[in-house]
Amino acid sequence: MAKLTLTLDGVVLKEYTLTKERTTIGRKAHNDIPIENLAVSGEHAAIVTILNDSFLEDLGSTNGTLVNGQPVKKHFLQNGDTVEIGKYKLKYANESIAGTSAADFEKTMVLRAPPRVPVEARMGDTNAGTATLPPAARLTDTQINAARNMAAASAPPPPAPPIQAGPQGVIQILSGPNAGKELPLAKALTTLGKPGVQVAVIAKRPQGYFITHVEGTTMPILNGRALDGQAHQIKDHDVIELAGVKMEFFFRPAV
Amino acid sequence: MNLVKALEISTATHTGMVRSHNEDACAADGEIGLAVLADGMGGYNAGEVASGIAVALITSEMRQAIARTSLHGLDQADGDLQAIRLLKGITAKANTSIYQSANSQPQYAGMGTTLVVTLFRDNRLSVAHIGDSRLYRLRDERLEQITRDHSLLQEQIDAGMISREAARHSQNKNLVTRALGIEADAEAEIHTYDARPGDLYLLCSDGLNDMVEDEDIELTLNAMGANLPLAANQLVQMANDNGGRDNVSVILVKVTRDFPAAETWLGKVLSWFK
Repeated sequence: MAKLTLTLDGVVLKEYTLTKERTTIGRKAHNDIPIENLAVSGEHAAIVTILNDSFLEDLGSTNGTLVNGQPVKKHFLQNGDTVEIGKYKLKYANESIAGTSAADFEKTMVLRAPPRVPVEARMGDTNAGTATLPPAARLTDTQINAARNMAAASAPPPPAPPIQAGPQGVIQILSGPNAGKELPLAKALTTLGKPGVQVAVIAKRPQGYFITHVEGTTMPILNGRALDGQAHQIKDHDVIELAGVKMEFFFRPAV
Repeated sequence: MNLVKALEISTATHTGMVRSHNEDACAADGEIGLAVLADGMGGYNAGEVASGIAVALITSEMRQAIARTSLHGLDQADGDLQAIRLLKGITAKANTSIYQSANSQPQYAGMGTTLVVTLFRDNRLSVAHIGDSRLYRLRDERLEQITRDHSLLQEQIDAGMISREAARHSQNKNLVTRALGIEADAEAEIHTYDARPGDLYLLCSDGLNDMVEDEDIELTLNAMGANLPLAANQLVQMANDNGGRDNVSVILVKVTRDFPAAETWLGKVLSWFK
């Protein structure tokens, strides 16, 4: 059964299962997926579902409908598609197409191998024993014994969203001995501060950059306000203060 | 001996972004130095049942066994042997229990689970595993995979049929060659290692290592090792950000100081003051 997950700024608001032949999306309350926002037209879009296939249609909305960043009028939804309506995103997941796909990627299954020669548990052996594994060749006539969660099979996964897409976040140090230095936030996680004193990390996520306090009794200060233990999204030209050092976050446009 | 002061433990588990329910199960008990993680498989909710049985049974049996026969009065070799015997006996018991449930109740037919269990004692660590749930260790800022998957893919790598690089994109990632509860007898692979202060251990289901590269796991543990709950949640979040196609579970165990077995009365007295 195909599913739509409604998110705003990376926060999941609701999940919908496409059970009806026609599912409507719009600002007005009578829609199957109501989105209370002025950027959304009263009757914005509809999804027609026939068996395992779903078609998205823009109903002549004022601000349009995007699929994977491209404006569409009509679109045949594929597993992993992201539909954008205003600032809202609807992620389309269709789990029931595994039967037609050779690549059921991730249900864990057990191969029942021929009886193995038991090997005593060994101590202090850092070289985990290959001897305990049956030779690969013997597995050719093995049978698949158990399948996990047949319903949850999925088609070949869409490649992870390229994390480099969009402008790159950069930290510029504003005070202290390193003032003027720039620190591009290229990795998934960048550590700031002094270990043992005060440490925060900036995580690069598909939705943007997030700062989180890791250790130390004082919290990092974001735009003059101390953070709590939660992750906070940082925006262009936010000022961070950490261990007495001021720094500014900004986006450098992709070249 | 209570290991609460020597081990810091944090756990996180999540259904992921695609699956409808979480078939992973995990539990940890700092007092006896135990961490258990299982990734269940089987139709409907049978996967949850299998992993649930494994984790509940191993945790309670291990508590009882350790209360009965303290492992901590023994010298190192005897202690290792005893720990291995315990792990072996208890995983075999969990296997029997799942196997019998699967055979007696039709809705559970064919269910099974992977398993990774760590037992800490006397500056040592014994690990039992079956299937593709893993144990990693971060030591001196380097991440190392300690267990080796019981999977078709690992065997293909071992046999030189496929390169490590190609393995990342293989479609056989999901085939395990051993699991708990599938056959009447299942043998866990058990090894013992030194545990040092500063070590950070990661037990995880394949939902983590299939979605997050080892380099990013290492980066996270190094950046956030000072704050274990945060690190555990970050790992889960990264798996979900990358697609979250499977349930994802992690247990982090940090060794904060030495935990030698207190053998003599003097050692016992000293250990009170630590």
